[in-house]
Amino acid sequence: MVSDLRALAKYVEPGVRLALPVDYAGVSMAMTRPIMERNTRNLDLVCVPTGGLQVDQLIGAGLVRSVETSAVSLGEAGGAPRFNAAVKDGAIALKDATCPAIHAGLMAAQKGSPFMPMRGLIGSDLLRHRSDWHVIDNPLADGSDPIVLIPAIKPDITIFHAPMADRYGNVWIGRRRELAAMAYASATTLVTVERIVDDSLLANEMSAAGVLPALYVTEIAVAPKGAWPYGLWGEYPTDTAEILRYARAARSAEGFADYMTNAQMEPA
Amino acid sequence: MMSEVHPREILICTIAKLLDGVRHVAVGASSPIPAAGAMLLRALKQQAGEKGPRISILGSVEHNFFTNGSAELFDCAGQGRIDAFFLGGGQIDGRGNINLVGTGDYPQTPVRWPGSFGSAYLYYVVPRVILFREEHTPRALVEKVDFISTPGVSDNGVYRSGGPIALLTSKALFRFDKTRPGFDLQSIHPGHDLAGIKDATGFQFAHESQPEQTALPDQQTLALLRGRVYDEVAETYPDFAAQMRREIERPLSHAS
Repeated sequence: MVSDLRALAKYVEPGVRLALPVDYAGVSMAMTRPIMERNTRNLDLVCVPTGGLQVDQLIGAGLVRSVETSAVSLGEAGGAPRFNAAVKDGAIALKDATCPAIHAGLMAAQKGSPFMPMRGLIGSDLLRHRSDWHVIDNPLADGSDPIVLIPAIKPDITIFHAPMADRYGNVWIGRRRELAAMAYASATTLVTVERIVDDSLLANEMSAAGVLPALYVTEIAVAPKGAWPYGLWGEYPTDTAEILRYARAARSAEGFADYMTNAQMEPA
Repeated sequence: MMSEVHPREILICTIAKLLDGVRHVAVGASSPIPAAGAMLLRALKQQAGEKGPRISILGSVEHNFFTNGSAELFDCAGQGRIDAFFLGGGQIDGRGNINLVGTGDYPQTPVRWPGSFGSAYLYYVVPRVILFREEHTPRALVEKVDFISTPGVSDNGVYRSGGPIALLTSKALFRFDKTRPGFDLQSIHPGHDLAGIKDATGFQFAHESQPEQTALPDQQTLALLRGRVYDEVAETYPDFAAQMRREIERPLSHAS
Protein backbone atom coordinates (compact mmCIF):
# COMPACT_ATOMS: atom_id res chain seq x y z
CA MET A 1 0.00 0.00 0.00
CA VAL A 2 2.97 2.32 0.42
CA SER A 3 3.58 4.08 -2.88
CA ASP A 4 5.79 6.89 -4.06
CA LEU A 5 4.60 10.45 -4.56
CA ARG A 6 4.45 10.23 -8.36
CA ALA A 7 2.22 7.15 -8.13
CA LEU A 8 -0.13 9.12 -5.89
CA ALA A 9 -0.13 12.09 -8.28
CA LYS A 10 -1.48 9.84 -11.08
CA TYR A 11 -4.87 9.89 -9.37
CA VAL A 12 -5.09 13.62 -10.00
CA GLU A 13 -6.69 13.65 -13.45
CA PRO A 14 -7.67 16.84 -15.28
CA GLY A 15 -10.97 18.28 -14.06
CA VAL A 16 -11.11 16.49 -10.70
CA ARG A 17 -12.57 18.11 -7.59
CA LEU A 18 -9.67 18.16 -5.13
CA ALA A 19 -10.04 18.82 -1.38
CA LEU A 20 -7.06 20.27 0.52
CA PRO A 21 -6.79 21.03 4.26
CA VAL A 22 -6.21 24.29 6.17
CA ASP A 23 -2.55 25.22 6.70
CA TYR A 24 -2.28 24.02 10.32
CA ALA A 25 -4.06 20.67 9.88
CA GLY A 26 -1.48 18.80 7.76
CA VAL A 27 -0.91 20.03 4.20
CA SER A 28 0.89 17.57 1.93
CA MET A 29 3.24 20.14 0.42
CA ALA A 30 5.35 17.19 -0.80
CA MET A 31 2.58 16.38 -3.31
CA THR A 32 2.51 19.87 -4.86
CA ARG A 33 5.51 19.29 -7.15
CA PRO A 34 4.43 15.79 -8.40
CA ILE A 35 0.98 17.20 -9.27
CA MET A 36 2.58 20.10 -11.17
CA GLU A 37 4.85 17.72 -13.09
CA ARG A 38 1.77 16.04 -14.54
CA ASN A 39 0.40 19.43 -15.60
CA THR A 40 -3.16 18.32 -14.86
CA ARG A 41 -5.43 21.29 -15.55
CA ASN A 42 -8.97 22.41 -14.75
CA LEU A 43 -8.77 21.37 -11.13
CA ASP A 44 -11.71 22.39 -8.95
CA LEU A 45 -10.24 23.02 -5.51
CA VAL A 46 -12.15 22.75 -2.24
CA CYS A 47 -10.28 24.40 0.65
CA VAL A 48 -11.23 22.89 4.02
CA PRO A 49 -12.09 25.45 5.13
CA THR A 50 -9.34 27.86 3.93
CA GLY A 51 -6.34 27.63 1.60
CA GLY A 52 -2.75 28.80 1.65
CA LEU A 53 0.60 28.07 0.05
CA GLN A 54 -0.35 24.87 -1.81
CA VAL A 55 -3.50 26.44 -3.25
CA ASP A 56 -1.54 29.54 -4.31
CA GLN A 57 1.11 27.41 -6.03
CA LEU A 58 -1.40 25.25 -7.94
CA ILE A 59 -3.15 28.45 -9.10
CA GLY A 60 0.18 30.04 -10.04
CA ALA A 61 0.99 26.97 -12.15
CA GLY A 62 -2.25 27.48 -14.10
CA LEU A 63 -3.77 24.16 -13.03
CA VAL A 64 -6.88 25.51 -11.31
CA ARG A 65 -10.30 26.19 -12.85
CA SER A 66 -12.24 27.07 -9.70
CA VAL A 67 -11.74 27.53 -5.97
CA GLU A 68 -14.37 26.94 -3.30
CA THR A 69 -13.04 28.48 -0.10
CA SER A 70 -13.68 30.63 2.97
CA ALA A 71 -10.34 32.39 2.49
CA VAL A 72 -6.95 32.07 0.82
CA SER A 73 -3.93 33.66 2.52
CA LEU A 74 -0.36 33.03 3.57
CA GLY A 75 -1.16 33.86 7.20
CA GLU A 76 1.54 36.00 8.77
CA ALA A 77 3.22 36.32 5.36
CA GLY A 78 0.17 38.22 4.05
CA GLY A 79 -2.09 37.76 1.03
CA ALA A 80 -1.76 34.86 -1.39
CA PRO A 81 -0.12 36.56 -4.41
CA ARG A 82 -1.03 34.17 -7.26
CA PHE A 83 -4.58 33.71 -5.96
CA ASN A 84 -5.04 37.49 -5.74
CA ALA A 85 -3.64 37.99 -9.25
CA ALA A 86 -5.88 35.24 -10.67
CA VAL A 87 -8.94 36.86 -9.06
CA LYS A 88 -8.04 40.26 -10.52
CA ASP A 89 -7.50 38.74 -13.99
CA GLY A 90 -10.67 36.66 -13.80
CA ALA A 91 -8.54 33.55 -14.45
CA ILE A 92 -10.32 31.37 -11.87
CA ALA A 93 -13.97 30.91 -10.96
CA LEU A 94 -14.70 31.75 -7.31
CA LYS A 95 -17.07 30.02 -4.96
CA ASP A 96 -16.64 32.19 -1.88
CA ALA A 97 -17.94 30.45 1.24
CA THR A 98 -17.77 30.67 5.01
CA CYS A 99 -15.94 28.04 7.09
CA PRO A 100 -18.97 26.24 8.58
CA ALA A 101 -20.60 26.00 5.13
CA ILE A 102 -17.63 23.97 3.87
CA HIS A 103 -17.88 21.76 6.96
CA ALA A 104 -21.64 21.42 6.44
CA GLY A 105 -21.21 20.35 2.81
CA LEU A 106 -18.67 17.69 3.78
CA MET A 107 -20.92 16.53 6.63
CA ALA A 108 -23.81 16.07 4.22
CA ALA A 109 -21.61 13.98 1.92
CA GLN A 110 -20.36 11.94 4.88
CA LYS A 111 -23.96 11.03 5.74
CA GLY A 112 -24.99 10.38 2.16
CA SER A 113 -27.51 13.22 2.46
CA PRO A 114 -28.15 15.70 -0.36
CA PHE A 115 -27.69 18.80 1.82
CA MET A 116 -27.22 20.18 5.31
CA PRO A 117 -29.24 23.12 6.68
CA MET A 118 -27.21 25.95 8.21
CA ARG A 119 -27.88 29.14 10.17
CA GLY A 120 -26.30 32.46 9.23
CA LEU A 121 -25.61 33.58 5.63
CA ILE A 122 -29.01 35.21 4.96
CA GLY A 123 -28.52 38.81 3.82
CA SER A 124 -24.86 38.28 2.87
CA ASP A 125 -23.40 38.74 -0.60
CA LEU A 126 -21.85 35.28 -0.22
CA LEU A 127 -25.34 33.78 -0.44
CA ARG A 128 -26.33 36.13 -3.27
CA HIS A 129 -23.45 34.86 -5.41
CA ARG A 130 -23.98 31.14 -4.68
CA SER A 131 -26.68 29.79 -6.99
CA ASP A 132 -26.00 26.30 -5.60
CA TRP A 133 -27.08 27.33 -2.07
CA HIS A 134 -30.84 27.43 -1.46
CA VAL A 135 -33.01 29.15 1.12
CA ILE A 136 -36.09 27.24 2.31
CA ASP A 137 -38.61 27.89 5.05
CA ASN A 138 -37.90 25.60 8.02
CA PRO A 139 -40.76 23.05 7.73
CA LEU A 140 -40.54 22.25 11.47
CA ALA A 141 -41.12 25.84 12.64
CA ASP A 142 -44.53 27.30 13.49
CA GLY A 143 -43.93 30.64 11.81
CA SER A 144 -41.68 31.71 8.98
CA ASP A 145 -38.05 30.68 9.54
CA PRO A 146 -35.80 30.91 6.49
CA ILE A 147 -32.71 28.68 6.54
CA VAL A 148 -29.96 27.95 4.00
CA LEU A 149 -29.35 24.49 2.53
CA ILE A 150 -25.73 23.68 1.68
CA PRO A 151 -25.47 20.90 -0.92
CA ALA A 152 -23.20 17.93 -0.20
CA ILE A 153 -19.58 18.51 -1.15
CA LYS A 154 -18.26 15.28 -2.67
CA PRO A 155 -14.61 15.70 -3.66
CA ASP A 156 -13.12 13.22 -6.11
CA ILE A 157 -9.85 13.32 -4.20
CA THR A 158 -8.59 14.43 -0.79
CA ILE A 159 -4.86 14.87 -0.17
CA PHE A 160 -3.28 15.53 3.23
CA HIS A 161 -0.17 14.88 5.33
CA ALA A 162 -0.07 13.20 8.75
CA PRO A 163 2.62 12.10 11.22
CA MET A 164 2.20 8.36 10.79
CA ALA A 165 0.37 5.42 9.34
CA ASP A 166 0.66 1.75 10.26
CA ARG A 167 1.47 -0.98 7.77
CA TYR A 168 -2.23 -1.86 7.59
CA GLY A 169 -3.05 1.51 6.06
CA ASN A 170 -4.56 3.17 9.16
CA VAL A 171 -3.56 6.85 9.51
CA TRP A 172 -3.00 8.80 12.73
CA ILE A 173 -4.91 12.14 12.54
CA GLY A 174 -5.14 12.93 16.28
CA ARG A 175 -7.54 15.78 16.97
CA ARG A 176 -7.47 17.05 13.36
CA ARG A 177 -10.90 15.62 12.69
CA GLU A 178 -11.44 17.72 9.56
CA LEU A 179 -9.04 15.29 7.86
CA ALA A 180 -11.47 12.46 8.64
CA ALA A 181 -14.41 14.58 7.44
CA MET A 182 -12.61 15.14 4.13
CA ALA A 183 -11.80 11.44 3.72
CA TYR A 184 -15.36 10.35 4.58
CA ALA A 185 -16.71 12.68 1.89
CA SER A 186 -14.18 11.87 -0.86
CA ALA A 187 -14.12 9.05 -3.41
CA THR A 188 -10.32 8.78 -3.14
CA THR A 189 -8.04 9.76 -0.25
CA LEU A 190 -4.27 10.08 -0.71
CA VAL A 191 -2.12 10.49 2.38
CA THR A 192 1.56 11.28 2.84
CA VAL A 193 3.13 10.53 6.23
CA GLU A 194 6.35 11.15 8.10
CA ARG A 195 6.75 7.44 8.85
CA ILE A 196 5.14 4.00 8.84
CA VAL A 197 4.91 2.08 12.11
CA ASP A 198 4.73 -1.70 12.43
CA ASP A 199 2.09 -2.06 15.13
CA SER A 200 -1.57 -1.49 14.31
CA LEU A 201 -2.71 1.96 15.47
CA LEU A 202 -6.13 0.44 16.13
CA ALA A 203 -4.75 -2.14 18.59
CA ASN A 204 -4.24 0.48 21.29
CA GLU A 205 -7.36 2.15 22.75
CA MET A 206 -5.36 5.32 23.47
CA SER A 207 -4.52 5.83 19.79
CA ALA A 208 -7.57 4.22 18.15
CA ALA A 209 -9.90 7.22 18.54
CA GLY A 210 -7.40 9.44 16.69
CA VAL A 211 -7.11 7.09 13.73
CA LEU A 212 -8.58 7.36 10.25
CA PRO A 213 -9.16 3.67 9.42
CA ALA A 214 -7.72 2.16 6.22
CA LEU A 215 -11.32 1.77 5.02
CA TYR A 216 -11.23 5.43 3.93
CA VAL A 217 -7.62 5.57 2.73
CA THR A 218 -6.77 4.85 -0.91
CA GLU A 219 -2.96 5.17 -0.95
CA ILE A 220 -0.17 6.21 1.40
CA ALA A 221 3.34 7.44 0.61
CA VAL A 222 6.19 8.31 2.97
CA ALA A 223 7.37 11.92 2.74
CA PRO A 224 9.60 13.05 5.64
CA LYS A 225 9.03 16.75 6.42
CA GLY A 226 6.19 16.44 3.91
CA ALA A 227 4.30 19.51 5.18
CA TRP A 228 7.32 21.83 4.89
CA PRO A 229 7.45 24.82 4.83
CA TYR A 230 4.24 24.40 6.80
CA GLY A 231 4.61 22.80 10.19
CA LEU A 232 3.01 19.57 11.32
CA TRP A 233 1.21 19.34 14.67
CA GLY A 234 3.23 17.51 17.28
CA GLU A 235 6.20 17.20 14.89
CA TYR A 236 7.79 20.44 13.66
CA PRO A 237 7.01 24.18 13.47
CA THR A 238 6.20 26.27 10.41
CA ASP A 239 9.21 27.66 8.53
CA THR A 240 7.89 31.23 8.40
CA ALA A 241 11.06 32.57 6.76
CA GLU A 242 10.54 30.25 3.76
CA ILE A 243 6.88 31.26 3.41
CA LEU A 244 7.93 34.92 3.50
CA ARG A 245 10.53 34.15 0.81
CA TYR A 246 7.79 32.66 -1.35
CA ALA A 247 5.42 35.58 -0.65
CA ARG A 248 8.03 38.04 -1.87
CA ALA A 249 9.03 36.02 -4.93
CA ALA A 250 5.50 35.23 -6.09
CA ARG A 251 4.36 38.87 -6.32
CA SER A 252 4.97 38.57 -10.07
CA ALA A 253 4.29 35.65 -12.43
CA GLU A 254 7.99 35.63 -13.35
CA GLY A 255 9.06 35.64 -9.71
CA PHE A 256 6.71 32.76 -9.03
CA ALA A 257 8.05 30.72 -11.97
CA ASP A 258 11.60 31.44 -10.87
CA TYR A 259 10.84 30.36 -7.30
CA MET A 260 9.20 27.13 -8.41
CA THR A 261 12.14 26.31 -10.72
CA ASN A 262 15.01 27.27 -8.44
CA ALA A 263 13.89 27.21 -4.84
CA GLN A 264 14.77 24.10 -2.97
CA MET A 265 11.74 21.91 -2.60
CA GLU A 266 12.84 20.35 0.66
CA PRO A 267 13.85 21.72 4.02
CA ALA A 268 17.51 22.54 4.50
CA MET B 1 5.77 55.45 39.39
CA MET B 2 4.82 53.58 36.28
CA SER B 3 5.42 54.92 32.82
CA GLU B 4 2.45 56.47 31.03
CA VAL B 5 -0.27 54.30 29.56
CA HIS B 6 0.50 53.08 26.05
CA PRO B 7 -2.30 53.68 23.48
CA ARG B 8 -2.59 49.94 22.90
CA GLU B 9 -2.97 49.36 26.62
CA ILE B 10 -6.08 51.55 26.52
CA LEU B 11 -7.43 49.26 23.78
CA ILE B 12 -6.63 46.13 25.79
CA CYS B 13 -8.30 47.52 28.92
CA THR B 14 -11.35 48.67 26.92
CA ILE B 15 -11.71 45.17 25.47
CA ALA B 16 -11.55 43.66 28.97
CA LYS B 17 -14.46 45.92 29.99
CA LEU B 18 -16.50 45.04 26.90
CA LEU B 19 -16.05 41.36 27.72
CA ASP B 20 -17.11 41.64 31.37
CA GLY B 21 -19.53 38.86 32.25
CA VAL B 22 -18.76 36.43 29.41
CA ARG B 23 -18.24 32.73 30.20
CA HIS B 24 -16.39 31.79 27.03
CA VAL B 25 -14.63 34.09 24.57
CA ALA B 26 -13.03 32.92 21.33
CA VAL B 27 -10.19 34.85 19.70
CA GLY B 28 -9.16 34.41 16.08
CA ALA B 29 -5.64 33.73 14.83
CA SER B 30 -3.13 36.64 14.88
CA SER B 31 -5.20 38.78 17.27
CA PRO B 32 -2.86 39.72 20.11
CA ILE B 33 -4.79 42.78 21.39
CA PRO B 34 -8.16 40.97 21.71
CA ALA B 35 -6.35 38.01 23.29
CA ALA B 36 -4.64 40.33 25.78
CA GLY B 37 -8.01 41.94 26.61
CA ALA B 38 -9.56 38.53 27.33
CA MET B 39 -6.55 37.49 29.42
CA LEU B 40 -6.70 40.76 31.37
CA LEU B 41 -10.37 40.16 32.21
CA ARG B 42 -9.55 36.63 33.38
CA ALA B 43 -6.68 37.93 35.54
CA LEU B 44 -8.90 40.66 37.08
CA LYS B 45 -11.65 38.15 37.85
CA GLN B 46 -9.23 35.68 39.38
CA GLN B 47 -7.64 38.43 41.45
CA ALA B 48 -11.15 39.10 42.81
CA GLY B 49 -11.55 35.41 43.65
CA GLU B 50 -13.83 34.59 40.72
CA LYS B 51 -13.32 31.96 38.05
CA GLY B 52 -12.97 34.22 35.03
CA PRO B 53 -13.85 33.43 31.43
CA ARG B 54 -12.73 30.45 29.40
CA ILE B 55 -10.57 31.67 26.50
CA SER B 56 -10.15 29.79 23.21
CA ILE B 57 -7.40 31.12 20.97
CA LEU B 58 -7.58 29.70 17.49
CA GLY B 59 -4.29 28.45 16.14
CA SER B 60 -2.89 28.01 19.67
CA VAL B 61 -2.27 24.54 21.05
CA GLU B 62 -2.10 25.73 24.65
CA HIS B 63 -5.29 27.82 24.73
CA ASN B 64 -7.49 25.56 22.65
CA PHE B 65 -10.02 23.10 24.07
CA PHE B 66 -11.24 21.70 20.77
CA THR B 67 -10.65 18.08 19.72
CA ASN B 68 -13.11 17.88 16.84
CA GLY B 69 -11.19 19.73 14.14
CA SER B 70 -11.89 23.20 12.82
CA ALA B 71 -15.66 22.56 12.72
CA GLU B 72 -15.96 22.48 16.51
CA LEU B 73 -15.68 26.25 17.05
CA PHE B 74 -18.71 26.76 14.79
CA ASP B 75 -20.71 23.93 16.35
CA CYS B 76 -19.92 25.41 19.75
CA ALA B 77 -21.02 28.88 18.64
CA GLY B 78 -24.18 27.56 16.98
CA GLN B 79 -25.32 26.13 20.32
CA GLY B 80 -24.64 29.36 22.20
CA ARG B 81 -21.51 28.04 23.93
CA ILE B 82 -19.43 31.04 22.82
CA ASP B 83 -20.44 34.40 24.27
CA ALA B 84 -17.98 36.73 22.57
CA PHE B 85 -15.83 36.90 19.45
CA PHE B 86 -13.89 39.53 17.51
CA LEU B 87 -14.21 40.45 13.85
CA GLY B 88 -12.21 42.91 11.78
CA GLY B 89 -12.77 43.74 8.15
CA GLY B 90 -11.15 45.43 5.21
CA GLN B 91 -14.26 47.62 5.24
CA ILE B 92 -16.82 48.17 8.00
CA ASP B 93 -19.83 50.36 7.26
CA GLY B 94 -22.28 52.44 9.26
CA ARG B 95 -24.86 49.62 9.39
CA GLY B 96 -22.31 47.19 10.85
CA ASN B 97 -21.83 45.32 7.57
CA ILE B 98 -18.38 43.77 7.15
CA ASN B 99 -16.38 43.19 3.96
CA LEU B 100 -13.55 40.68 4.13
CA VAL B 101 -13.55 39.86 0.40
CA GLY B 102 -12.29 42.87 -1.56
CA THR B 103 -12.94 46.28 -3.09
CA GLY B 104 -14.79 47.01 -6.31
CA ASP B 105 -17.14 44.73 -8.21
CA TYR B 106 -17.18 41.07 -7.22
CA PRO B 107 -15.89 38.60 -8.32
CA GLN B 108 -13.11 40.36 -10.26
CA THR B 109 -12.18 42.59 -7.32
CA PRO B 110 -9.11 44.75 -8.08
CA VAL B 111 -8.07 44.40 -4.44
CA ARG B 112 -8.74 40.96 -3.05
CA TRP B 113 -8.58 40.19 0.67
CA PRO B 114 -8.33 36.60 1.96
CA GLY B 115 -12.06 35.97 2.33
CA SER B 116 -14.96 35.82 4.77
CA PHE B 117 -13.62 33.02 7.03
CA GLY B 118 -16.31 32.11 9.60
CA SER B 119 -17.86 35.60 9.76
CA ALA B 120 -21.05 34.76 7.83
CA TYR B 121 -21.98 32.41 10.65
CA LEU B 122 -20.35 33.67 13.85
CA TYR B 123 -21.74 37.23 13.40
CA TYR B 124 -25.25 35.73 13.52
CA VAL B 125 -24.87 33.41 16.49
CA VAL B 126 -22.30 34.92 18.90
CA PRO B 127 -24.15 37.36 21.23
CA ARG B 128 -21.28 39.81 21.79
CA VAL B 129 -19.26 40.42 18.66
CA ILE B 130 -16.69 43.18 19.08
CA LEU B 131 -15.56 44.82 15.86
CA PHE B 132 -11.90 45.61 16.25
CA ARG B 133 -9.96 47.56 13.65
CA GLU B 134 -6.98 49.68 14.68
CA GLU B 135 -6.96 51.57 11.39
CA HIS B 136 -9.51 54.36 11.73
CA THR B 137 -9.65 55.95 8.27
CA PRO B 138 -12.36 56.71 5.69
CA ARG B 139 -11.15 53.78 3.58
CA ALA B 140 -11.63 51.27 6.45
CA LEU B 141 -14.80 52.78 7.96
CA VAL B 142 -16.98 53.39 4.92
CA GLU B 143 -20.52 54.52 4.27
CA LYS B 144 -21.37 51.28 2.45
CA VAL B 145 -19.20 48.18 2.02
CA ASP B 146 -18.44 46.95 -1.52
CA PHE B 147 -19.28 43.36 -0.55
CA ILE B 148 -21.28 42.10 2.43
CA SER B 149 -19.35 39.17 3.87
CA THR B 150 -21.77 39.33 6.76
CA PRO B 151 -24.49 41.88 7.62
CA GLY B 152 -24.71 43.99 10.78
CA VAL B 153 -28.43 43.38 11.21
CA SER B 154 -30.98 40.94 9.79
CA ASP B 155 -34.60 41.32 8.72
CA ASN B 156 -37.33 40.35 11.18
CA GLY B 157 -37.91 36.61 11.08
CA VAL B 158 -34.28 35.73 10.29
CA TYR B 159 -32.63 33.69 13.06
CA ARG B 160 -30.19 36.03 14.77
CA SER B 161 -29.04 35.36 18.32
CA GLY B 162 -25.85 37.38 17.90
CA GLY B 163 -24.32 40.45 16.30
CA PRO B 164 -22.12 43.49 16.87
CA ILE B 165 -22.17 45.32 20.19
CA ALA B 166 -19.25 47.71 19.68
CA LEU B 167 -16.59 48.98 17.30
CA LEU B 168 -13.17 49.73 18.77
CA THR B 169 -10.48 51.55 16.77
CA SER B 170 -7.19 53.26 17.57
CA LYS B 171 -9.11 56.53 17.95
CA ALA B 172 -12.47 55.76 19.56
CA LEU B 173 -15.07 53.36 20.93
CA PHE B 174 -18.52 53.16 19.35
CA ARG B 175 -21.56 51.24 20.57
CA PHE B 176 -23.81 49.59 17.99
CA ASP B 177 -27.52 50.39 18.09
CA LYS B 178 -29.25 47.65 16.13
CA THR B 179 -32.62 49.44 16.21
CA ARG B 180 -31.46 52.32 13.99
CA PRO B 181 -29.19 50.54 12.91
CA GLY B 182 -26.00 52.53 13.41
CA PHE B 183 -23.07 53.42 15.62
CA ASP B 184 -23.10 55.76 18.64
CA LEU B 185 -19.80 57.31 19.64
CA GLN B 186 -19.19 56.18 23.21
CA SER B 187 -15.79 57.67 23.97
CA ILE B 188 -12.70 59.16 22.33
CA HIS B 189 -9.22 57.92 23.20
CA PRO B 190 -6.71 60.41 24.66
CA GLY B 191 -5.06 62.56 22.01
CA HIS B 192 -8.03 62.61 19.62
CA ASP B 193 -11.06 64.88 19.26
CA LEU B 194 -14.54 64.81 17.77
CA ALA B 195 -13.62 66.80 14.64
CA GLY B 196 -10.75 64.41 13.93
CA ILE B 197 -12.99 61.37 14.46
CA LYS B 198 -15.56 62.80 12.03
CA ASP B 199 -12.87 63.37 9.39
CA ALA B 200 -11.54 59.85 9.80
CA THR B 201 -14.93 58.10 9.69
CA GLY B 202 -16.62 57.42 6.36
CA PHE B 203 -20.07 56.88 7.90
CA GLN B 204 -22.45 59.07 9.95
CA PHE B 205 -22.67 58.28 13.65
CA ALA B 206 -24.58 59.60 16.66
CA HIS B 207 -22.67 61.44 19.38
CA GLU B 208 -22.96 63.74 22.39
CA SER B 209 -21.94 67.36 21.83
CA GLN B 210 -19.05 66.81 24.28
CA PRO B 211 -18.11 63.12 24.05
CA GLU B 212 -16.37 61.42 26.95
CA GLN B 213 -12.74 60.44 26.93
CA THR B 214 -12.04 56.70 27.03
CA ALA B 215 -11.20 55.76 30.63
CA LEU B 216 -7.58 54.98 31.46
CA PRO B 217 -6.80 51.87 33.48
CA ASP B 218 -6.14 52.31 37.19
CA GLN B 219 -2.68 51.47 38.59
CA GLN B 220 -3.76 48.06 39.86
CA THR B 221 -5.12 47.02 36.45
CA LEU B 222 -2.05 48.38 34.70
CA ALA B 223 0.25 46.45 37.04
CA LEU B 224 -1.66 43.22 36.36
CA LEU B 225 -1.50 43.85 32.62
CA ARG B 226 2.23 44.57 32.65
CA GLY B 227 3.01 41.59 34.84
CA ARG B 228 0.93 38.44 34.59
CA VAL B 229 -0.99 39.28 31.42
CA TYR B 230 2.00 40.09 29.20
CA ASP B 231 3.60 36.86 30.47
CA GLU B 232 0.54 34.91 29.35
CA VAL B 233 0.30 36.80 26.06
CA ALA B 234 3.96 35.98 25.37
CA GLU B 235 3.18 32.24 25.25
CA THR B 236 1.09 32.76 22.11
CA TYR B 237 2.33 36.11 20.79
CA PRO B 238 5.99 36.46 21.89
CA ASP B 239 6.79 39.26 19.43
CA PHE B 240 3.79 41.34 20.49
CA ALA B 241 4.51 40.96 24.22
CA ALA B 242 8.17 41.88 23.71
CA GLN B 243 7.22 44.91 21.61
CA MET B 244 4.76 46.17 24.24
CA ARG B 245 7.33 45.77 27.00
CA ARG B 246 9.93 47.65 24.94
CA GLU B 247 7.57 50.50 24.10
CA ILE B 248 6.28 51.12 27.64
CA GLU B 249 9.88 51.63 28.73
CA ARG B 250 10.16 54.57 26.34
CA PRO B 251 8.66 58.04 26.86
CA LEU B 252 5.13 58.23 25.42
CA SER B 253 6.10 60.65 22.66
CA HIS B 254 8.13 57.86 21.06
CA ALA B 255 5.65 55.06 21.66
CA SER B 256 3.21 53.58 19.12
